[in-house]
Amino acid sequence: MEIIVCVKRVPNLSETEIEVDRDGRSLIDDDLEYDVNEWDNFAIEAAVQLKEAHGARVTAVTIGEEDAEDVLRRALAMGADEGLHLMDTTFDGSDAWGIATALHRAIADRPHDLVLAGAISSDEARGHVGGMLAAMLDIPMVALATDLSVDGATATVRHEVEGGLERVTRVDLPALVTVQTGLNEPRYVSIRGIRKVSGMEIPVKTAADLGLDASTVGARAARVKLEEIFLPPKGEGAEMLDGDEESVVAALVDRLQREGGL
Amino acid sequence: MNPADQSYLGLPGPALQAILLALSLGFFAFIMWKRIGLLRLGAPDPRLDHIGARLSKLLVVGFGQSRQPRYPVAGTLHILIFAGFLVLSIRSITLIGEGFRPGFADIGAGYATVKDITALIVLICCIVAIVRRLAFRPARYHDRHARASHGHEAYIILGLIALLMVADAVYEGSAMALTGAAQPFLPLASGAASLLDGGSGGTLETLHLAAFWVHNAALLFFLCYLPLSKHFHVITALPNVFHANLTPAGKIKPPRFDQPDLDKLDKIGVDTLEDFTWKHILDFYSCTDCGRCSDHCPAYFTGTPLSPRMISIKCRDEAYANYPVFGKVTPTDQRAALVGETIADEELWACTTCGACEEACPVLIEYVDKIVDMRRLLVDEGRVPASLQKPMADLEKRGNPYGKPPRKRGDWIAPDTDGTGEESAKDGCGVRELAPGDKADYLFFTDSCAAYDPRIQETARAFGQVLKAAGADVGTLGKDEVDSGHEVRRLGEEGLYEELRDTNLEAMEERSFEHVVTTDPHAFNELTHAYGLEQPIQHHSQVMAQLIRDGRLNLQPKDDDRVYTFHDPCYLGRHNDEYDAPREVLEGLGLKTVEMERSKNRSFCCGGGSLYLFYEGDSERRMGEVRVEMAEEAGAEVVVTACPFCLINLEDAIKTTGREDKMEVIDLAELVERSLSE
Amino acid sequence: MKRIIVVVERVNGELNETAFELLTAARGFEDAAASAALMGESVSDAASELTRWFENVHVYDDPSLAQPDGDYQSRVLKPLIEREKPFAVLIPHTNTGMELAPMLAVRADAPLIADAISIEAVGQEIRSVRTVYSGKVQARVSADPTENGAIVSVRPGAFAVPEAPPEAGGSVHAESIPEDVAPRRQFVETVTPDPSAVDISQAEVLVAVGRGIEDEENLELVHALAEAMGAEVACTRPVVDKKWLEKSRQVGTSGVTVKPRVYLALGISGSFQHLGGIKGDPFIAAINTDSAAPIFGVADVGIVGNILELVPLLEEKIRARG
Repeated sequence: MEIIVCVKRVPNLSETEIEVDRDGRSLIDDDLEYDVNEWDNFAIEAAVQLKEAHGARVTAVTIGEEDAEDVLRRALAMGADEGLHLMDTTFDGSDAWGIATALHRAIADRPHDLVLAGAISSDEARGHVGGMLAAMLDIPMVALATDLSVDGATATVRHEVEGGLERVTRVDLPALVTVQTGLNEPRYVSIRGIRKVSGMEIPVKTAADLGLDASTVGARAARVKLEEIFLPPKGEGAEMLDGDEESVVAALVDRLQREGGL
Repeated sequence: MNPADQSYLGLPGPALQAILLALSLGFFAFIMWKRIGLLRLGAPDPRLDHIGARLSKLLVVGFGQSRQPRYPVAGTLHILIFAGFLVLSIRSITLIGEGFRPGFADIGAGYATVKDITALIVLICCIVAIVRRLAFRPARYHDRHARASHGHEAYIILGLIALLMVADAVYEGSAMALTGAAQPFLPLASGAASLLDGGSGGTLETLHLAAFWVHNAALLFFLCYLPLSKHFHVITALPNVFHANLTPAGKIKPPRFDQPDLDKLDKIGVDTLEDFTWKHILDFYSCTDCGRCSDHCPAYFTGTPLSPRMISIKCRDEAYANYPVFGKVTPTDQRAALVGETIADEELWACTTCGACEEACPVLIEYVDKIVDMRRLLVDEGRVPASLQKPMADLEKRGNPYGKPPRKRGDWIAPDTDGTGEESAKDGCGVRELAPGDKADYLFFTDSCAAYDPRIQETARAFGQVLKAAGADVGTLGKDEVDSGHEVRRLGEEGLYEELRDTNLEAMEERSFEHVVTTDPHAFNELTHAYGLEQPIQHHSQVMAQLIRDGRLNLQPKDDDRVYTFHDPCYLGRHNDEYDAPREVLEGLGLKTVEMERSKNRSFCCGGGSLYLFYEGDSERRMGEVRVEMAEEAGAEVVVTACPFCLINLEDAIKTTGREDKMEVIDLAELVERSLSE
Repeated sequence: MKRIIVVVERVNGELNETAFELLTAARGFEDAAASAALMGESVSDAASELTRWFENVHVYDDPSLAQPDGDYQSRVLKPLIEREKPFAVLIPHTNTGMELAPMLAVRADAPLIADAISIEAVGQEIRSVRTVYSGKVQARVSADPTENGAIVSVRPGAFAVPEAPPEAGGSVHAESIPEDVAPRRQFVETVTPDPSAVDISQAEVLVAVGRGIEDEENLELVHALAEAMGAEVACTRPVVDKKWLEKSRQVGTSGVTVKPRVYLALGISGSFQHLGGIKGDPFIAAINTDSAAPIFGVADVGIVGNILELVPLLEEKIRARG
């Protein structure tokens, strides 16, 4: 079985004060720490567990700058067999479509029985690259898997659906599955584990290698343009609601409703 | 009438003795060969240095039985039986000689008297011990995690010892009864003689001979039984004490003594029995199953899956089963996984490395190093509980387990109370952030907890104020400091530890200072034993005791008639032997103090520090809550501690048990700062 | 006139509220005509209900559509998009929507804006605001519709349900499934989650309770409030330690990490360890008797008061809202 896992390096913004850069489209990243996208970590673990149970070749693929190699190394340390790094300034500013296009070109010609991806990334939070990639590869997809097993050429997926329910769906391979957090317990990656794979060659492909150029990927080709990013307004400390019980509770109900808490 | 002069089924006595001796010694040697076979496969462990110190350990802890009196009844029994063994070993050897040459065992009336009285004492001890086990059943002997009981072995051994005493008494008593010679200085033998008095000559002769051979056979059986049972300690305990760990208790062994470069190891940590060091395997052989380790273990007490005793017992059971006396060694791939099956992951994670077990063990068995070695394997295989993975990843990326920005690590000095974000008085508590190239007398190593936890920042600032009052020049590494790595190392992540340590060493290299001080005993422990710094390292309790001693603090004891008690942090007390400095400070403040029953080297762990605050394991109770109860029992109203994590855990326990109105926890530095004159 | 197609979802046989929220979104376009696309098995009742709201309702009624399957739905809808040539297709950003929207976008060759919380047309361009970086940052994005329009997946709850509609008005168009299109997934079963194992990590709204609850019996108040709000109950460690609530409800560094949209903290002082378990910058409302409690430093709104008095009042007011 050939398993492809799509992974992404994302900034870890917990405990960080965020500032928007002067271009209005990116964050000042002096202080940012990067990690593998949380959902993708579960996807890698799922792939490695399938490999351990049935035997498989696991390839982790990412798009990003030089540093994105970190998440591939991490995947290798977890048990992936090879990495594939799509790196080119032409990719910069791609929208979900552009990313899916590049992934599609990288994956289409190589064997792919099962393509795994995190359901969503914590940075762009679109949750659409997996579905676009599946449509481009013209294979069926199941989103938000909470359990995944493979029997021969069929995958059985438990996945979240509306109304707090889950369904079990069977799908013939090749297929694409996006995974929800909690699907498994991702293994810890020790410093020694990373060091052990530090010498492994990770092939790099450019846009040209994939037959792509600025008319298909990158900021100019993006179908959805990023105009600007901004911080939602926020005050310091809590706004204290004063008054008699009746009025503070009424005010609180108001605020809860406005924030979608009811 | 001499056993050596008789023939048995046509076999002369000496021949029978020779056959018995050859068979038993041969068998004993064979078993020992098998047992040593496993020891020889163990990992290297240099334990032949400092012969003088080793001999003195052997004398004090081995022959002196210094760890026994902690348990008065069992300890006294053991000391008496052990001393009896030493005296009676001569008798045992001479009686074997008696089988070859009549009169060999007669080595003088003096020894005969000493030996007889000793035998009487040992016999009484055995009976008391048996009755105690049967009738009073001390809870310590039953381990709730035990799968198979080794309790019957205790009865076999006590029975055998009693049999040896009785057989010798009958042997001598029957001779006395025959000759009618009264021997007032042999109370046991005389007692036997008076019981046998009146028996016919033939009966007495038969008894005499039978007793001799019973003694002989029992002794030789005893010898062979030892290495097959938990009583192997009779043979291995003294060597085990001789080869004990002489390095400070707080020092963790490296993964391998023969390979300092982790990257060159195929695997790291203990995966199979043979991955333990030879000394750790000797520990397993030496465990007497007495249960004192688990009796002192806070993890066992609070109902976690861990019982340190069972680590030794299960490993010895595995050693005996996989290296059988008869038959082949079981290949490693056909055994139950040592780490994961025989010893569950959860057992290993439950240990806070407090060291109470090691302090209690009468034969100096080590536990912390073994548990860390097994955790190293878990970490290498990625089997780390989810609750620990996030803080460990944050340690890697941000140098602290809370995921806080490294940039803010030095901000505790003057908290941004007005919320302006402005750099207000950065010297608020008299502590500076040292930039590379800067100099200070004291380097204050804060470590992550004091740097980021608002409650613990208060204790760090209090210590800063104390140093300021003493006129000391103090600085920190600021944002260049990272976690000391103390806990992550003990959780088995040696690689990450090395990176953290090297980052700190680099930051220290860039600054000049004369002393290192810290409020955190864990940091104190790691910096002292593993950072290899030239500068002296002191815990804040030591610094403050020194300042008070030197009269450098102008203290004005507050009117306070509450009762104080000091809770010894594991890494200040047990692991570094510092019990006096904090007590000296309390005395200097003129406070009314009491001691808890479990104090100093018997201190009961608060629940563990740093990463242990993140670990979610199964337990029935929280260690901190148990500790707070202990303080209350002692009559204390204020618990003083000198460790950030003790403070967090105990303060938490006071809240969760609803004792806010009755009890308070405070750090030693806060206490001193409170008493500084304006 | 701008034609807008709203993809309607059914949950447990009922029309999902998102259908009406998206109608509000569609009406935000000037000169818009909103039609609905409904897929399912035996959906005539739902279709006639929709005619009260939408001018046109395209209905695909077929047993093969009984279970939601974004891959299949995208192939079913593609010819409709190509025929109707809408200005925009609005799809709820739900679990099935996350399958349908991207696959339909690729198949219909239309740009896709993800998880929008606002939508407007500026000339021929569609503009939306969406949240990025775990909700800490917002982004304004734009897309030019192609001849098949643009697809926008819309965050549930971002738009209000419109006032009740005038009776009838719309018409139903029975649509047929394209000939060469068949499901590629096989439905096995629906799993009902074990009610005893709550998963607060995924909850959108949490009512969290701390030591201020004082007594186990008082938890009733909190459960009742959570039910009224449609929220999960969470708690701090002391509450778990007293075994008043399960460990799986504990938020904190030694408990569950949560990323809700709204966090109502009741009688919680806001310890460092507890706050460490709250991620994603939710809206935090706090009630505590101690005005100096650290929770007020991180909360968005706060009330100094006793939760035992305020919680029943709060529940009453919320239920009164209907």
